[in-house]
Amino acid sequence: MSSSISFTHNKYYSWCRNNLFSSWINGIITILSIYFIYEVSSFFLNWTIFEADFVNNFRGEKITDRTFCSKNIEPGQHGACWAIIIVRFHQFIYGFYPVEEAWRVNLVYGLLPFALVGIFFDNLPFRKYFIYFTFLFPFIGYFLLYGGAGLDVVGTSKWGGLLVTLFLGVTGILLAFPLSIILALGRRSKMPVIKTICIIFIEFIRGVPLITLLFTANVMLPLFLPEGVRPDNLLRALVAVTLFQSAYMAEAIRGGLQAIPKGQLEAAQSLGLTYWQSTRKIILPQALKISIPPIVNTCIGLFKDTSLVLIIGLFDLLGVGRAAVADIDWAKLHYEVYVFISLVFFIFCFGMSRYSLYLEKKLKTDNS
Amino acid sequence: MSNSFLRKLIFDEKIRSLVVQTLIIGIFALIIYLITQQTAYNLEKRGIGTGFGFLNMSAGYDISIRLIPYTSESTHFRAYLVGLINTLMISICGCFLATILGFLVGIIRLSSNWLFRNIAYVYVEFTRNVPVLLQIILYYTILLYLPKIKQAFVLFDTFYITNRGIYSPSPIFKDGFSIVAWSFVIAIIFTIFLKKYFKKKQEQTGKQYPIFYVNSALIIFTPIIFFYIMGMPLDFDHPILKGFNFKGGMVVRPEFMGMLLGLSIYTAAFISETVRSGIMSVSKGQREASQALGLKNNLVLRLIVIPQALRVIIPPLTSQYLNLTKNSSLGIAIGYADLVHGFGGISLNQTGKAIEIMSMVMVTYLTISLTISLFMNIYNKAVQFKGNA
Repeated sequence: MSSSISFTHNKYYSWCRNNLFSSWINGIITILSIYFIYEVSSFFLNWTIFEADFVNNFRGEKITDRTFCSKNIEPGQHGACWAIIIVRFHQFIYGFYPVEEAWRVNLVYGLLPFALVGIFFDNLPFRKYFIYFTFLFPFIGYFLLYGGAGLDVVGTSKWGGLLVTLFLGVTGILLAFPLSIILALGRRSKMPVIKTICIIFIEFIRGVPLITLLFTANVMLPLFLPEGVRPDNLLRALVAVTLFQSAYMAEAIRGGLQAIPKGQLEAAQSLGLTYWQSTRKIILPQALKISIPPIVNTCIGLFKDTSLVLIIGLFDLLGVGRAAVADIDWAKLHYEVYVFISLVFFIFCFGMSRYSLYLEKKLKTDNS
Repeated sequence: MSNSFLRKLIFDEKIRSLVVQTLIIGIFALIIYLITQQTAYNLEKRGIGTGFGFLNMSAGYDISIRLIPYTSESTHFRAYLVGLINTLMISICGCFLATILGFLVGIIRLSSNWLFRNIAYVYVEFTRNVPVLLQIILYYTILLYLPKIKQAFVLFDTFYITNRGIYSPSPIFKDGFSIVAWSFVIAIIFTIFLKKYFKKKQEQTGKQYPIFYVNSALIIFTPIIFFYIMGMPLDFDHPILKGFNFKGGMVVRPEFMGMLLGLSIYTAAFISETVRSGIMSVSKGQREASQALGLKNNLVLRLIVIPQALRVIIPPLTSQYLNLTKNSSLGIAIGYADLVHGFGGISLNQTGKAIEIMSMVMVTYLTISLTISLFMNIYNKAVQFKGNA
């Protein structure tokens, strides 16, 4: 022990000592961990980057179908063949959207951050105008994507890939938000009828899998509606996704409502505010603020769950990926496609979870 | 007169709420009436009758993964039962595996070794931020790339790992095995009483008894002794390659394995987070106080930390179990014959009885969800702090 004391002034040494080699068991674990990390990362990096094909194979030929992939020419020697992603990139991002109209999707993708930034950051300059834009965005976005009034109409059956994933995720969340506030307030209402309806709705939706809701919307919505009205498949999925999300979001908001001390409502009412005034001006602003982190967590869940729509025949990111894998020209490149899609989902979901953590930290410092 | 009535309508809270509620009931009744009318009309036009009579008709499709006898001549109701059992089977196995894996990863996340806990962190972030459906499909694809039946990978000469499943010997119970099984059950019941007795003794005398070792020995050795006394009443039916397939033995299909891996690896990431936050919620003072009393490290963990952490862990763990059960409905993507795939998918397409079938499926899931909540709530009450209310 005494000999090691002289080294402790070196902060790297003492860090390693404390965090990696504090006991001999820890030392063994560290060495095994290094070996594990080396094996996994060398395999993964080789497969994804160093031994992989991108545009040309190892002979320098341009890859136009799977037979040109290096790993199919020399089995067991080469890594991934990313050409399938590059060749089908348009499909992954836009689905079957016409190439010459793709600028409209790009514009919507470009406007999306502006629509969201107002909700996410409250210290933004001109935040009010960003919020106005957020409410306008669904209409602008739908007009740009669907067309009409000068723009060519592009039916939703041609939408696909990331476009459908983002459309269902973003629209589902935006539509579910007001609905979820009503449900959360209704569940705490003093009127037994409203309370019962809200509880039954929320618990029913939370008790069944999303896939059954999607099936129901897909099969039963046409049965419920008059003959002329036939909502297209994407709209049916959107209905299911919105109802699903609103139930989960309502529970997150209810948690926030419960955290507000009763005195707040009593104080508001003693000032002569009505139920709606005190709810809108006193209770909701506080409750929504603290329930944003759990709301974001439900949004992450929903974003991942949009991949389920492939089961009812829509081509979201994963659906397009499965179609790519099933294509005879590119068959058996499963891992490339699935790793790519995982990465896209990971970037979005990880980003959202970091944002939720940032908010939680900020709320903690705000309150103390 | 009418003026005061209007005033009351607007300003008297009781009457106002009564009016609002009546109005809402009225609107709901109207909507439901309109929908039923429309649906009845639409169904009639398509020539689809209503009612549950179809349940007794022959299903006409086969289900490869089944625990109860089923043929393509069996009824739709039988298909429903097969699906239900498959859903329950994957849910129970998934919850079990996810709990073990989740607790393991959660504890690793709290390791004092920086490298070790960050490996667990990377695992958690990468699995919980990728859709479970994608993971199920990915693991299933990997399983399909296992060797073909002819080139099966053989483990210990008994297990055959192939792309059509893992084949293993199936046990054949001969007469007398039931006695072995009963001896096992009796041993467990006996140890429970023994534990109570030892505890009482310890409270009276202060002397500690090796409860754990005695009980483990009892549970392990009693059945083994009986097994030999009864003349080893157990045989194995080994799988044998005949033609293009294995005959005999048991098989775990890749669909089941893919579901199991996907569900448990995904859910374990969430469980590990609840375990981690649960253990972290036990204040450091508790640990220090028990160490000051002279408890050894493993006793500190077993007697002080874990009982308190469980109170925090159980409620989110319950919702993870519920999520896993609901996610088991994704079997349809890889052809695992669960409730939604067989009954909710194929039966629905054959009979067209969308309303009946979907409501049966939904009610089943609701029942499963409520049952899980109920049992976990009972367990939750049992572990909660019993001091002050």
